[in-house]
Amino acid sequence: MSRTSILSCEEVTVAFDGFKAVQGMSLSLDPGELRFLIGPNGAGKTTMLDVICGKVKPVSGSVSFHSRSGVVDITKRKEHKIAELGIGRKFQTPSIFAGLSVTENLEIAMSQNRSVWATLRASLTARERERIEEELALIGLADHRHTRAGLLSHGQKQWLEIGMMLMQEPEILLLDEPVAGMTDRETDKTGELLQEIVKRRTVVVVEHDMEFVRNFASKVTVMHEGRLLKDGTMDEIQRDDRVAEVYLGKGRDAHAVG
Amino acid sequence: MRGLWSDRKRLWLLLGYAAASAALFAAPLYLSDFRLNLLAKFLAFAIVALGLDLLWGYTGVLSLGHGVFFGLGAYAMGMHLKLAASGGRLPDFMDWSGLTSLPWFWQPFKSFPAAVLLGILIPSLLALFLGFFTFRNRIKGVYFTILTQALVIIVTTLFVGQQAYTGGTNGLTGFTELLGSPLRSDGMKSALYLATVIALIAAYALCRYLTTSRMGKVLRAIRDGENRVRFLGYDPATYQMATFAVSGALAGLAGMLFVLHVGIISPSMMGIVPSIEMILWVAIGGRGTLVGALIGTLALNYAKSGLSEAYPEIWTIFLGALFIVVTVFLPGGIVGLIRKGAGSVRKKTGRGNAHHEPDVHPVLRGSNRSV
Repeated sequence: MSRTSILSCEEVTVAFDGFKAVQGMSLSLDPGELRFLIGPNGAGKTTMLDVICGKVKPVSGSVSFHSRSGVVDITKRKEHKIAELGIGRKFQTPSIFAGLSVTENLEIAMSQNRSVWATLRASLTARERERIEEELALIGLADHRHTRAGLLSHGQKQWLEIGMMLMQEPEILLLDEPVAGMTDRETDKTGELLQEIVKRRTVVVVEHDMEFVRNFASKVTVMHEGRLLKDGTMDEIQRDDRVAEVYLGKGRDAHAVG
Repeated sequence: MRGLWSDRKRLWLLLGYAAASAALFAAPLYLSDFRLNLLAKFLAFAIVALGLDLLWGYTGVLSLGHGVFFGLGAYAMGMHLKLAASGGRLPDFMDWSGLTSLPWFWQPFKSFPAAVLLGILIPSLLALFLGFFTFRNRIKGVYFTILTQALVIIVTTLFVGQQAYTGGTNGLTGFTELLGSPLRSDGMKSALYLATVIALIAAYALCRYLTTSRMGKVLRAIRDGENRVRFLGYDPATYQMATFAVSGALAGLAGMLFVLHVGIISPSMMGIVPSIEMILWVAIGGRGTLVGALIGTLALNYAKSGLSEAYPEIWTIFLGALFIVVTVFLPGGIVGLIRKGAGSVRKKTGRGNAHHEPDVHPVLRGSNRSV
């Protein structure tokens, strides 16, 4: 793997009660990359994200994170520690705090001292305010800053949660089907948001929506039955016979790679 | 626009606070002794309601055991008053039970400042202790609530059983003086009333400070999704423990004032029924708003004193029916209803927007596990 990579997974294998969800999977990310992870159901995409964020420990293989503060072996760290080190994970369903306003959601998500005493005494500094404003502009919710998050549309909730992840200044952002359930317009806006985010960070997206992948992917990794099937640009992926076979041969997701 | 709107809102809020405080401070001028004493008692109850709202309305932790914290504060003050009334001799009930000397744990209550301090500290530490073993072990929702009910039963049984030390079922009464002045005098009654108003305002200010701070936002976040808060890197247990302790301290403070106004404290006043009634004050006023806790306490207690004077036998039935109606039809309580009304007026007149739509369904929200 290249030495400039920010994250490198090598020969990762994950087993659940003997069932191998991921087998000898390797994945390397360059800083500032927007990488899409695709594949049929059960290919192990989400499990791969679980490994990177520390939720699942692999039985073998290594995952090293070349963070700002040095190289870290992810497999040896606890989940919240990994989050602190700079790998943020967004799950499929939006989990924002419905009773708080958009700004308040961002405020408590901000990286800060999280003790009771510290939050009791905390007040928004000018810098923090600026930081929240920046984020509001980025996720396109500046007009909704005082709206209770529970009243946002599905798409807006997803953006808010992405914003909350960004408040924690992650170097790598892991997103699991961020556009599921979104309207076409929301999907496009999300794509633009992701392209904006990768100017400063690395993003991995697990996605089923092929239209979305085609429009916004720079690089795509295809997984199949827990293994790496193909790495490359969308064009290369679409021309690949094995990929077509995996998708078309099963008679499922036939429309997926067109 | 927004700035202007919130400036005007702030102005109205300040005017409201000023008017309410003025009305309360001036009450001795326009209320009869009986009515003033009643109001003083209700204002003491309002302090418990504030603490409960902090815990339940903001943090989503339902305690049906606040009668205990209230009672501990009340007993602390009662013990001091009893010692003062006995004038250096052994309190009468101890004499009857065959004790010959004052038990060691009664000693500190000879001093008024110590009694006040202990009346706040003991309930607060008990809450902290209970919180440590429950929240740390992620016991929450209904299970936590059941534990608080168990606490009530344990404590009341203990107080009833240890007659020689606690006065048993009769509790503590027969108080005569406070700090050398007779309790029944008009001057003392007004002073106690004013002390209660000041305590209530201080409690309100404390709760407002807590809820508007970033800590308050974290508390509301815990109510909405405890696990997600943990995932953000906060430890919900310490937040819940801190809130529970503050809430217990406020209940203790209220109990002390209650005893001064009513002149008696017995185990039945810290039992299950009073504990549930306290929750009703908050529920009916509107949980999650401090003003709601105040309004609910006053409204329900005035209704109770009115109704139970006229028809003592139907009060409990009325109370139960009211709770059902509020839970099903008015999850936001009285304040929720007012806000809803104001919201629809604003919509009709074309002003305002959805941004300020109040949260009138906190009880029904799926993620809220405490009900």
